[in-house]
Amino acid sequence: MIEISDLYKSFGDLQVLKGINLQVEKGEVLSVIGASGSGKSTLLYCINGLEPIQKGSIKVDGVEVHAKDTDLNKLRQKLGMVFQQWNSFPHLTVLENVALAPRIVRKLPKRDARDVALKQLEHVGLGDKIESYPGALSGGQQQRLAIARALAMEPEYMLFDEATSALDPELVGEVLDTMRLLAEEGMTMICVTHEMGFARDVSDRVAFFHEGLIEEIGPPKQIFGDARSERTKKFLSKIR
Amino acid sequence: MFEYNFHWRPVLKNLPDLLEAGLVTLEVASLAMVLGIVIGLALALIRLKLRGPLRWFASSWVELARNTPALFQLFFFGFGLGAFGLHLTPYAIVLAGLTFNCAGYLAENFRGGFQAIPETQIRAARSLGMTSAQAYLRIVIPQVIRIVYYPITNQMVWAVLISSLGMLVGFRELSGETQFFASRTYRIFEYFAVTAVLYYVIVKIILLVSRLLAIKLFRY
Repeated sequence: MIEISDLYKSFGDLQVLKGINLQVEKGEVLSVIGASGSGKSTLLYCINGLEPIQKGSIKVDGVEVHAKDTDLNKLRQKLGMVFQQWNSFPHLTVLENVALAPRIVRKLPKRDARDVALKQLEHVGLGDKIESYPGALSGGQQQRLAIARALAMEPEYMLFDEATSALDPELVGEVLDTMRLLAEEGMTMICVTHEMGFARDVSDRVAFFHEGLIEEIGPPKQIFGDARSERTKKFLSKIR
Repeated sequence: MFEYNFHWRPVLKNLPDLLEAGLVTLEVASLAMVLGIVIGLALALIRLKLRGPLRWFASSWVELARNTPALFQLFFFGFGLGAFGLHLTPYAIVLAGLTFNCAGYLAENFRGGFQAIPETQIRAARSLGMTSAQAYLRIVIPQVIRIVYYPITNQMVWAVLISSLGMLVGFRELSGETQFFASRTYRIFEYFAVTAVLYYVIVKIILLVSRLLAIKLFRY
C-alpha cells in the first residue's frame, strides 16, 4: 500500500504540492488527471524518492520513502517507473536495456537476467526486436521497451508519468493496450495521464489535481459522470 | 638563382633511426593521452559535481592548459621545476607537459559530453534501483565516450604533433632526432621534409585505427 499524508513539495519559491493525502491499495489502478503544472508528475517523482519533499510523508508498504535510513535503491525496485520521454538507453540493445538492472541491481546471474528480460519483452510484444538498438524503434516501441525494463525488476507498483503524451497519435494505442494488460493482471498502478478514455475504462479511481491539491477523487463513474466539484466539471468540459 | 642540390642519401641512411624516433613520439603521445583521458575525466567530473578548493584547482588546470602556449608548459616542467632543483629527464618533461596540456583540453571535451546527456537518463537509471555510481558507469559514461570519441582522436593527433616541441627541451623524439641529424649534415630541408612525411603517415595511421575502432565500439 502507498500512503501519502500531508505532502508538501516546492521547487524554490514555487509551491507544487500543497498538502496531498492519498492512499493507494494493492491491486488498485489510480489515474491522476489535471492541468499541466498541477503537480501530478511531481507526485510520482516524490513517491520513488527522485525528489526530496518539504513536509509530510510517503510510505510504501510501511517504509517511509524520505526517512534518512531508508535504502532508496532497494525501495525503488518495488516501484517501476515509466517516463513521458521513455528514456531508453541508446547505447544498449533492446535486450541489454531490460537485462541490465536485473543483473547489476538484483544481482541475477547473466543467464537468469536474460531470461527475465526475454520474458518481459515478449510480454510487451517486442520479442522480435531484442537485438535492435532503441534508435531503430518507433516511439511506441521505445515506450513499451521502457515498460518491459521496469517490469524486469518485478516491481509491486508501477508509476506511469504521462506515458503516451510524447507519442505520435497513431502510436498511443499500443502503449495504452500494454498498460491495460498490466491492469488486468492485477498490477498496482498510478497513471498520470491525459488519456481520459483510459482513465475512465481502466482505473478503479480517478484523482483530479488542481494547483497542488486533490480537488476530487472517486470512481471514474463519479468523476466523468457526476463530478461534485465545479472545477472538475470545467476541466473535463475543456478536454472533451 | 636556385642552386640548391638535394641530397637524400644521408637521410635515407638514417631512416631506421628516424623510424625508431617516430615510435618514441608515438609512445610518449599515447601515454600522455591515456593519462590525459583519466585526469581529464576526473577534472570534468570535479568541475561539474564539486565545490570548494578541488574545483578551483581543476578550473585553474583547465584555464592554464588551454590558455598558455604548450611550449611554455613544457618549459615549466623542464626549466621551471629545474630552477627549484627538481630535474626531470627529457622524456619525463615531455610526458608531463603533454599530459598537462591534453588533460586540460580533454576535460572541456568531457564536460561538454556530460552536459549533452539528459538528466532524465540518470533518473531512469536511478528509478531502476541503480546507485549513482552504477548510473554513471553503465549509462552516462558509455554515452559520453561516444560523444567525445572524435574530439579525443583529434587530441591524439594534436599530442603527436606538439610532442615535436620536445626537441626544445633536449628530447630525441622524431623532431629532436631529425634536428640532431640535420645539424650534423646540414641537410636541413631534406631531413625535415622526410620527417614531415613521417608525421603525416603516423597521423594517418592514428585516424585509420580510430575509425576502425569506432566501427567496432559504436554499433548504435
